[in-house]
Amino acid sequence: MQDVKEFRPKIVAFCCNWCSYAGADLAGSSRLVYPADVKIIRVPCSCRVNPLFILRAFQRGADGVIMAGCHPGDCHYTSGNYFARRRMTLLFSMLDYLGIERERTRVEWISAAEGAKFAKTMNEFVATVAALGENKRLEDLRCKK
Amino acid sequence: MQEMMKNRAYALLENGTVDRVLGWTRGEFAYDMTPAVFRSADEVKKGFVYNDFCAANLSKYLVKECRAGGKILVFLKPCDTYSFNQLLAEHRIKREMIYVVGIECFGKADVEKVKEMGFEGITGITAKDGVYTVSTIYGDKAIKPADVMAERCLACKSKKHVVYDELIGNEGEVVEDCNRFDMVAKLEAMTPDERYEFWRGELSRCIRCNACRNVCPACTCEQCIFDNPNSGVSQKAAVNSFEENMFHIIRAFHVAGRCTDCGECSRVCPQHIPLHLLNRKFIKDVNTFYGDYQAGENPEAKPPLGKYEKNDIEPGEAGGAKE
Amino acid sequence: MQRIGVFICHCGTNIAATVDVKAVAEALSHEPGVVFSTDYQYMCSESGQTLMREAIREHKLTGVVVCSCSPRMHEATFRKAAEKEGLNPYMVEIANIREQVSWIHKDMAQATEKAIILGRAAIAKVHLNKPLKAGESPVTKRALVIGGGIAGIQTALDIAEAGFEVDIVEKQPTIGGKMAQIDKTFPTLDCAACILTPKMVDVAQNEKIKIFSYSEVESVKGFVGNFKVAIRKKARYVDEDKCTGCGLCTEKCPQKKVPNEFNMGFDTRRAVYIPFAQAVPKVATIDANNCTMMKSGKCGLCAKLCTAGAIDYKQQDQIVEREYGAIVAATGFNPLKPDKFNELGYATCQDVVTSLELERLMNAAGPTAGTLLRPSDKTHPHTIVFVQCVGSRCDVENERGKSYCSKICCMYTAKHAMLIREKYPDTEVYVFYIDVRTPGKNFDEFYRRAVEQYGVHYIKGQVGKVVEENGTLKVQASDLLSGEQLHIDADLVVLATAVEPDKSARSIATMLTASMDTNDFFTEAHAKLRPVESPTAGIFLSGVCQGPKDIPETVSQASAAAAKVIGLLAKDKLTCNPCVANSNEMLCNGCSSCEKVCPYGAITYSDKEFRGPNRTTLIRRVATVNEAVCQGCGACTVACPSGAMDLKGFSNRQIMAEVDAICKM
Repeated sequence: MQDVKEFRPKIVAFCCNWCSYAGADLAGSSRLVYPADVKIIRVPCSCRVNPLFILRAFQRGADGVIMAGCHPGDCHYTSGNYFARRRMTLLFSMLDYLGIERERTRVEWISAAEGAKFAKTMNEFVATVAALGENKRLEDLRCKK
Repeated sequence: MQEMMKNRAYALLENGTVDRVLGWTRGEFAYDMTPAVFRSADEVKKGFVYNDFCAANLSKYLVKECRAGGKILVFLKPCDTYSFNQLLAEHRIKREMIYVVGIECFGKADVEKVKEMGFEGITGITAKDGVYTVSTIYGDKAIKPADVMAERCLACKSKKHVVYDELIGNEGEVVEDCNRFDMVAKLEAMTPDERYEFWRGELSRCIRCNACRNVCPACTCEQCIFDNPNSGVSQKAAVNSFEENMFHIIRAFHVAGRCTDCGECSRVCPQHIPLHLLNRKFIKDVNTFYGDYQAGENPEAKPPLGKYEKNDIEPGEAGGAKE
Repeated sequence: MQRIGVFICHCGTNIAATVDVKAVAEALSHEPGVVFSTDYQYMCSESGQTLMREAIREHKLTGVVVCSCSPRMHEATFRKAAEKEGLNPYMVEIANIREQVSWIHKDMAQATEKAIILGRAAIAKVHLNKPLKAGESPVTKRALVIGGGIAGIQTALDIAEAGFEVDIVEKQPTIGGKMAQIDKTFPTLDCAACILTPKMVDVAQNEKIKIFSYSEVESVKGFVGNFKVAIRKKARYVDEDKCTGCGLCTEKCPQKKVPNEFNMGFDTRRAVYIPFAQAVPKVATIDANNCTMMKSGKCGLCAKLCTAGAIDYKQQDQIVEREYGAIVAATGFNPLKPDKFNELGYATCQDVVTSLELERLMNAAGPTAGTLLRPSDKTHPHTIVFVQCVGSRCDVENERGKSYCSKICCMYTAKHAMLIREKYPDTEVYVFYIDVRTPGKNFDEFYRRAVEQYGVHYIKGQVGKVVEENGTLKVQASDLLSGEQLHIDADLVVLATAVEPDKSARSIATMLTASMDTNDFFTEAHAKLRPVESPTAGIFLSGVCQGPKDIPETVSQASAAAAKVIGLLAKDKLTCNPCVANSNEMLCNGCSSCEKVCPYGAITYSDKEFRGPNRTTLIRRVATVNEAVCQGCGACTVACPSGAMDLKGFSNRQIMAEVDAICKM
């Protein structure tokens, strides 16, 4: 029973094109390391993130989902992240209510200038999710190999 | 009550105010009252029924009826008028095509509760002088209505009709000390593990019959995304645990800020899953985070997910995660 | 089924050093729909693009995935190349394997694995991509410049020069900004007013330029090419058209005790005033907070004196609606108020002043008519200590100042020191600095002149304390090079305070939906390659609002911003973003949920006829998106419960396909 493979969580990160995706680019060009477990999906705005996408990710085996957008007040589309904030507040509260670990979902506001914050956030989030272990509560067994 | 309603229906049909009546009629079982459209005074006379088992919220049927043209009379209980207003706000029904008769409501009976009292072979239930008489093939027995009142009526939020053209019975008030969030609060107070176990126990019974969706007055989509093969999320059957989770979470989310808490979802669930607890969680959160909001109270009000404040609570700060 | 070509870029060694590009190309070649997969040293190069174009032609590709740097870098490049080969540009997707993989992951196996997954996600998306066609929108051929300092002035002049109309909105009664307050300019030492005021006059006389002075931007609507801006013209209680600027009212007004902000409060002005002699527009303004007439209704002297009849005590704020094709932010800066630096005595000692205050004390048009006198006793100072980096290069943790270098202080302090030594050779000048930063043409020569020719004492070290004792400022400082503690008896201490963005910039940025950094400087679209544009289309940046800079730099940036604006206004039509929302009428409920979250008012409803069951017709309320107005944020797509509203280029199914590809490892 030795040689237990280290658990590597699957993390899906939805990043808005204007701030957080650019923040991720800055993290990259500043060579700020964060785990390869994070895979980014580019969306025009955090308000494009449908709760359906988040549940879908969990269903297909993601262990954590993070959504990153422009800071409130800085949305490229003026108000998108405000609406996204309400939606995610309610969705996360509901997931919590269903007994799904709160820490598997996160929202962070990361500007184009905050490469360091991007890397720091991802490092933290991966560590948190890794500590929780595999997502058993929401995954869809059918979609596992 | 039934006679007063019938008399109004005759009168309004006869003077041409309306050409159809949306009400209830006897269903498959003696205690099973089901929505029905009556096209003449004669049809009303023969089929119209109203009693404490007429629980169905008729507002949703107006979506279809408005498309059929003409003018229709609808009988609405106080809680149904909230759904009515919400449908108006969403342009799903046309006010000028509908004549609303509000009916006073003292709470509806839950047949399931009667059955749970041990009755078998029920042939009929009649109400008289504040007592229900349950007739079975084994004989009759009297029970107290309070013992079999529907759960949702025990936590009634309002006896007030927020919209009507005329009223039968007295005008009621919003119930100020309504305790409808008690169970939500109780769940919130549990540990995540306990909550998970609770919901697994409930949701795993779901057979995806779609009854909750079909009855819900907020679920009036032309085509539900879960039925649309082009949506990428349509599902044929509940093959595993997550399918139902996803369906119920998304359904609750789609009606968040729109659900009036009429309780129809839980009433029709053949598996007795307390689905209203999902909707009530959203309602409670909306009230807590963004200020009290009752969907359908005012058709002009902006829905909570259609507006924002600059200093809204952050997702990370919300939620009742307790260790 | 799409025929997809996959191209893995080495980016020299940027990608290839950490990602096994051959392995990625091999792995992705087995993905469904992939008919061609290769790797190349520089995909963005001419030959890389040719390689892609040849593959499109030879393999009849219907979709392309480029695994390379960020799409923010070269998405447009590859899309253009594909378009040249007849492939719809929106059939090209980028997998970002440089910023998101090779630059941040050290382990080759891990990086390669992640690159493959990101490639798969892009392939999964391309499978669902549809050719998109961009719409067009017209361009209003007028620009708005917010801020009338040297940056705004230069930008406006250049745009007007090209033949386009420009409006300047300036919140002060006059344009000119901070430069108007400055005495001399480095490194040439010519007088600021002498080079600025002719430009101000040019602005006033240019027929293409309209100045909204004493005005603020109230709201901004619309988008690139089609902005609608409401400008609040604050009531100045003087009719601008009638006032001749004779100045009689400003001389006779009995309320004499208003601190003069133009002279940094060293002297006073009247309640009705013109900030300085060369103000543009040269129109008086009544300061309602201090005017006796406005406060108590008793006075009215100025109205009696004014032969032009320009005084109007009942004037109201006025909202003017104007349309613009482009907007330039030139909101400028303010010197930081050093009130958190108690040890330097600014709040307690009158003779501790900031550099901008010193400018006024040395200016011929200033309160002392150009003679340098101490504010406390109006005597000539013999020992002057300059303290550098007050509020600049601070540890942000202690929240006293800014983390950045304000860039201009080293040079203007050298200027001050030199001017003082030149005019008053009997004065000893000490400069305490962390570093002396003098990059720039003739800058280091300038600084060395101050040291070598003018004998200014430059001391690397910090001032620890300034206390006043019997009219003398006791300065305690440390000399870092000798390690000695120094005690200097100074007559005047000058603090080189940090520059900070004007307070109004944040609210303006919000209105413009332009992003800002944590210091409230506007963010540029690209730090190196698009330095004068905001990431928000149609918004341009001029001057210090984007970051600290001196006058020559400000002017060059201002002209650069103007060039960008001219390039935009020269177009008759703009190509719209084709990634816009689209409503499927068959699914639309007409419920208005989407309309409520649309920031652009792009969604309208109409009753349309549909085929109902049994050969009936059905009239339903359905949403329509105005594609020229929609900016493609996608808020509506989530508000829509039925899934009728979707976003082209980022559709529900495309995003879910990416999710699925990422989660399936």
